[in-house]
Amino acid sequence: MDMRTPLNKVRGLGSAKSGTDHFWRVRTTSIALVPLLIFYIVFLILYAGRPYEDVVAALANPFVSVITALTVVASIIHMRLGMEEIIQDYVHSEGLKVTALILNAFFSLFVGGLCLFAVLKIAFAG
Amino acid sequence: MTNVTKNRPLSPHLQIYKFVPTMAMSIVHRITGGALYVGTILVAAWLIAAASGVEYFNQVNWLFGTIIGQIVLFGYTWALIHHMLGGLRHILWDVGLGYEKHFANKLAVLSLVASVALTLLIWAIVLLMRV
Repeated sequence: MDMRTPLNKVRGLGSAKSGTDHFWRVRTTSIALVPLLIFYIVFLILYAGRPYEDVVAALANPFVSVITALTVVASIIHMRLGMEEIIQDYVHSEGLKVTALILNAFFSLFVGGLCLFAVLKIAFAG
Repeated sequence: MTNVTKNRPLSPHLQIYKFVPTMAMSIVHRITGGALYVGTILVAAWLIAAASGVEYFNQVNWLFGTIIGQIVLFGYTWALIHHMLGGLRHILWDVGLGYEKHFANKLAVLSLVASVALTLLIWAIVLLMRV
């Protein structure tokens, strides 16, 4: 006997109430990160060890700035979701789990905010 | 309810299964993911230093240039490449391909070999360009 209501079935969100949203966002960001990070690896190959002026001039290029910002955004979403999965798998005590999930959100957004500010400062103020 | 959940029997775990490449690459995928998470501090430090002026930038560059710094960056490069190749395998599985046992195991070993090879290639190019 199926106890689910027709509305519940058609929404397709399951018992966790978020459906495939977590999975979907992990995969979308991972697909975005492949070309973004390949660009970044090439960029770092070209600029590793180069003097400050060269690196900042390259980072201030509008194209590079946008790519850097997109890489930061996709990365922090992806890493937050990934760490969420690790925490939910290994931390069983409810209090510790919730604390870890909140710290994970704070850490991800903090690092992301710092990186974005740095990108914008280089782009607009040098 | 808590007592009920605590006394539930556990399903067989790692120690009972034969070692296969896909399981090893699965846990390495998770470990590299965790390492990349912590490693974003390095990326943030580098970007913030670049935004903060020549002195900070040179300090961070010096730190990255020490032997320990270079080892950490080498490890970070490998973790990134390995995690990316692992991600590409996941996308292959997501579209319904690559589930055949022997193929999946070969691909797992290949992703490890390729990640090491690509990491060495990237570092070889970087070091050659500095000479």
